[in-house]
Amino acid sequence: MQPLITASNITKYYDQTLALDDFSLSIQPGEIVGLLGPNGAGKTTAIHILVGLLTPTQGTVRVFDMDPFTQRSDIAMRLNFSSAYTSLPTNLTVSENMNIFARLYNVQNHKEKINALLDEFDLTRFRKQLAGALSSGERTRLNLAKCLLNDPQLLLLDEPTASLDPEKAEMIRAKLLSIQKKRQLGILYTSHNMHEVEQVCSRIQFIHHGKTRAVGTPAEVLIQFQSKNLEEVFIKLVRGE
Amino acid sequence: MTLSLKRISAMFLRYLYLHKRSLPRTLEVIFWPVMELLVWGFLVMYLRSFELSTVSTAVVFLINAMIFWDILYRSQQGVTISFVEEIWTQNVINLLVSPLKIWEWIASTFLYGMLKTIVITCVLAILAYFLYAFDLVGSIGLLVIPLVFQLLLFGWAVGMITSGLMIRFGHSAEALIWGVPYLIMPLSAIYYPLDVLPVPLQVISRCIPTTYVFEGMRAIHRTGTMEMNYFVWAMALNLIYFVVASFFFATMYHHAQKTGRLGKLGLD
Repeated sequence: MQPLITASNITKYYDQTLALDDFSLSIQPGEIVGLLGPNGAGKTTAIHILVGLLTPTQGTVRVFDMDPFTQRSDIAMRLNFSSAYTSLPTNLTVSENMNIFARLYNVQNHKEKINALLDEFDLTRFRKQLAGALSSGERTRLNLAKCLLNDPQLLLLDEPTASLDPEKAEMIRAKLLSIQKKRQLGILYTSHNMHEVEQVCSRIQFIHHGKTRAVGTPAEVLIQFQSKNLEEVFIKLVRGE
Repeated sequence: MTLSLKRISAMFLRYLYLHKRSLPRTLEVIFWPVMELLVWGFLVMYLRSFELSTVSTAVVFLINAMIFWDILYRSQQGVTISFVEEIWTQNVINLLVSPLKIWEWIASTFLYGMLKTIVITCVLAILAYFLYAFDLVGSIGLLVIPLVFQLLLFGWAVGMITSGLMIRFGHSAEALIWGVPYLIMPLSAIYYPLDVLPVPLQVISRCIPTTYVFEGMRAIHRTGTMEMNYFVWAMALNLIYFVVASFFFATMYHHAQKTGRLGKLGLD
């Protein structure tokens, strides 16, 4: 099966600072890969390279077997991205935001699609409300609804539950897993919540100081580090134990 | 490179949505130009009281020049403010990971700037007619169209340069959005003829397309006809500025793609 993403031997320097060091990654259809590491490990740098926002100093990236730097628009039609650190325009309503992005992604029958997604994410009653007036949980749901407008084959989710309370985070996780199963989506997932990662990811990749330190299924990584849970692995890796 | 009209219109719609509910935002579009017109208009009324023919001609120039300057200024603002709007709302990454191409985004800001300019010009022309008996179309006729087009074109070029600076320097370059047009203002022979400037400044002034637009406007008032010379110079210089500004913007964009600034726009 053709991988959705293949990144090979990526190195990225910001001036003299090494942000990614010989980083490789692949995601197969239907796979949820967790990209983990402490703050400043290089996760965001890696994601930005994968979506063509940042050029690597060395190495190659193929997304749907295309080059994200010369075929970005074609690639973007088949993937979507959500981050806890970006926002949809807060001065537009929920339905205006969805309408604009549906047009950008050239979604057919976009009105029906928007209605279905607002319904799925329990946002119908907020459709005329400004995005800026939504709670964090509602905004996260709006971001995810936007992410599914173009029926993507690949989702890049940068800490999607970062600003949510445990109950809302659990709800979003459950929603994501059910959608992923139904649509056989490939997902690249970053999170600092190791419990969440164990629950969601079929494979994980730990990076620290830009270098990959561990790769495998959560169970394989636990055995490799003789740990009870991923939080322990995380701490061991960061402390260099 | 092919541009999608659908995506351009989606972004154009995005900027129109901003006016749908926000009366202050909509009023802001016309507030400053109207205030300027009032100030200049009353000055003009005062000058008219001297009943000198030279003053009377100067008066017409002043109102005309003020309206034309505003076209350039709003056209530049249309591009840059739309761009900055996405930075302020932290929406840049959402757009840049969507299929939207950077030139489609820029094209939508041109259209939005043009629409704002048309609205402002109409409002000012109507107000000037009723308040000060100044007939913009009557005074220079349909020649107003090619002249306005030159101002729009230059406003877009300056808008691309200021947007490029925003990409390069982020929030710290925001002051330039309002400042850069005022760098051009004294050298564009807007309210006075080119000859008034000291010779070294005249050399610089001759390299700016707006100088030919304003000189052309004065020539129309004097002779009633458009001297093609002014139009050709303005057009030629505008094309050069437009190409250079596009190149500058693309360079800033690729530089930001290399340094990581692109992913940090609005987040710094």
